[in-house]
Amino acid sequence: MPDTLLPVMPPADPPAPARSALMPLRVRDLTLQMRGQPLLDIPALDLDCAGTTVIMGANGAGKSLLLRLLHGLIAPSSGTIAWGGAAMSPAIARRQALVFQKPVLLRRSVAANLDFVLRARRAGTAEARDALLARVGLTHKASQPARLLSGGEQQRLALARALATRPDILFLDEPTASLDPAAVQSFEGIVSDIADEGTSVIFVTHDVGQARRMAREVVFLHQGRITEHSAAPRFFAAPQSRAARAYLAGQLPL
Amino acid sequence: MQDFGDAIGLALNLVLSGDADLFEIVLLSLRVSLTATAIACVLGLPLGAVLAVSRFRGRQAALVLVNALMGLPPVVVGLIVYLHLSRAGPLGFLGLLYTPTAMIIAQSILITPIVAALSRQVIEDLHGEYSEQFRSLALSRRQVVQALIWDARYSLVTVALAGFGRAVAEVGAVMIVGGNIDHLTRVMTTAIALETSKGDLPLALALGLVLMVLALGINAAAQSVRLTAARFAYA
Amino acid sequence: MKTGSFLAALAVAATLATDVPAQETTIIVQSTTSTANSGLYDHLLPIFERDSGITVNVVAVGTGQAIRNAANCDGDVLLVHAKPAEEEFVASGGGVSRTDLMYNDFVIVGPPSDPAGIGGLTDVHAALRGIAESEALFASRGDDSGTHKKEMSLWNAAGVDPAEASGAWYRETGSGMGATLNAGIGMGAYVMTDRATWISFGNKQDHVIQVQGDEQMFNQYGVIPVSPEACPQVEAEAGQRFVDWLVSEAGQAAIGAYRVGGQQLFFPNAPEPN
Repeated sequence: MPDTLLPVMPPADPPAPARSALMPLRVRDLTLQMRGQPLLDIPALDLDCAGTTVIMGANGAGKSLLLRLLHGLIAPSSGTIAWGGAAMSPAIARRQALVFQKPVLLRRSVAANLDFVLRARRAGTAEARDALLARVGLTHKASQPARLLSGGEQQRLALARALATRPDILFLDEPTASLDPAAVQSFEGIVSDIADEGTSVIFVTHDVGQARRMAREVVFLHQGRITEHSAAPRFFAAPQSRAARAYLAGQLPL
Repeated sequence: MQDFGDAIGLALNLVLSGDADLFEIVLLSLRVSLTATAIACVLGLPLGAVLAVSRFRGRQAALVLVNALMGLPPVVVGLIVYLHLSRAGPLGFLGLLYTPTAMIIAQSILITPIVAALSRQVIEDLHGEYSEQFRSLALSRRQVVQALIWDARYSLVTVALAGFGRAVAEVGAVMIVGGNIDHLTRVMTTAIALETSKGDLPLALALGLVLMVLALGINAAAQSVRLTAARFAYA
Repeated sequence: MKTGSFLAALAVAATLATDVPAQETTIIVQSTTSTANSGLYDHLLPIFERDSGITVNVVAVGTGQAIRNAANCDGDVLLVHAKPAEEEFVASGGGVSRTDLMYNDFVIVGPPSDPAGIGGLTDVHAALRGIAESEALFASRGDDSGTHKKEMSLWNAAGVDPAEASGAWYRETGSGMGATLNAGIGMGAYVMTDRATWISFGNKQDHVIQVQGDEQMFNQYGVIPVSPEACPQVEAEAGQRFVDWLVSEAGQAAIGAYRVGGQQLFFPNAPEPN
């Protein structure tokens, strides 16, 4: 395990769930610029974490961009990303899934949205679809138009669709940002179960409460740089960076 | 405006009396133009979808070309098809000139660019919404195109209607390749042209009214399909 | 050729999409518009089709285009009215032989105010000179049709070159007889038309016949079977049967019997079969 520039504290307790096959993640000298603007600058990031890693930071800190880089949706300006020892590739991206902040559902029924992905991945059986629907609590809505579901139901369907690809890594990009508390709770419950079953979840949020509930590790981003990466209990008990302290205290980090 | 009053009376009379010639002409118009629309959709929708989702060298030129072809004059299409299907032409051995098939071919050529160009726009808009999600799902190009066409299906109904409208209303191409032969290739527009040239303006107008009512009916049906779709948030 | 293969594919698709008509002998007549628009075929064809079992499809275009279409082998019989052009078509090998079929005559129609003062003239040359001198509006087909060819030969014989006034008082519509009549009547112009078209024309408004009766305005129709040597796909036998019937006693009688509003439109004059 080579040294990183930032402190990484492996979680001591509770017992870690099984580790995803795509781990560890190793990021080196990663930068991203758009139209001459530097947006991300990450000399090193190592994740070898089962369960849920939360990427936290203020709006515009670069959380969503980092997620897209890790998923291969955008290419870095420089630097390398490697998963499980192999450089980022379309084959690796196929073993990952992403739930976006705003669910993009097909103009079809709930069941057809899942069937589409199951068929595309040649994993399509009615049983698989029904199991996914049951898992996210949408069995009774199977034949309804997907885009008429409530916000929380739509996001659960998006989660089920992500799970349909049987991902090793599940990225969540502020999926509950516009949901009511009950919907958030139900969503978080499902994600916790997924993480416990051995899928590594990388969860972007700016909701401190959600981060406390979900995270085993926290990566804190501030203005395109990682200012802190530590186990969740330690992060919340004693944040090391000034930006993280200010953020947790509810102040605008400067 | 005397002629117009006559025309409305005559149109009603023709329709209500169940004029056999009129129904034959109307049915042929529908058969030719609907078949041409179907062919144009089979060719034009995938073409439009590929243009919408692909990025390749010369794409801008291809877009300009397809958009320009929307303005193809029907007479020119008719002439090109005539020169090919004429017995003296390369495809003369097929014996298709002066048949409904020739008219279908000409109208298909006329409206395929319309379907391709308009569906490209519709599908590109939808792709803007879906593309990141689709890339995350690591779909193949073929899967993306199929999904986009299916999900844009209700908007594409409008595209198909635009093509149908152009086909059923054009006279130049079907006149040349169909020959306006009574009981064989006479359609609404060539019948209107014929009656106009005979100076029977009320009958020409009456046929025009029937054509308009037909177009209204088809558009109303499509509109109700779209409204249903909107209710399910599918449009 | 790329468009060719594309068209071929379309042709296959379109053929599959349409039902194939039952096998029966069908011929195509490339015809001048006046015979079609006046309703003559609606009168003649049912008789012939009943007696022969041959279906006749008529494509009605200007004489010039009809001859060109026939030269492309896109017809089995040619029925037009421009004798020199017809003889040229036969001489070039496109047609088997030309036979006189029937005649009517041309007339000059004009507004009742008769701005050129030619009403009642029976000398068409004098009438045309009168139009030219008064620069009264004259609408011409301008489309290389039989009527247009005839009109040009009359202007020529009258010693007037109307092309110099093209766009001024001489208006070339470049379209069919009906369209030219509609335009000419709309602008209050004189128009030369065959009598059959005029009698059956539905949009005369107040235009009347101003000039008629000159032998120069005789309008002869001829009929020509398209040559199977020039066009191997031609329905030579059926086409010949149609021509034979038209010039037969029965066909000639049928032509003579056709009336619109009580008026005879075409006068059969095929030579006696020997």
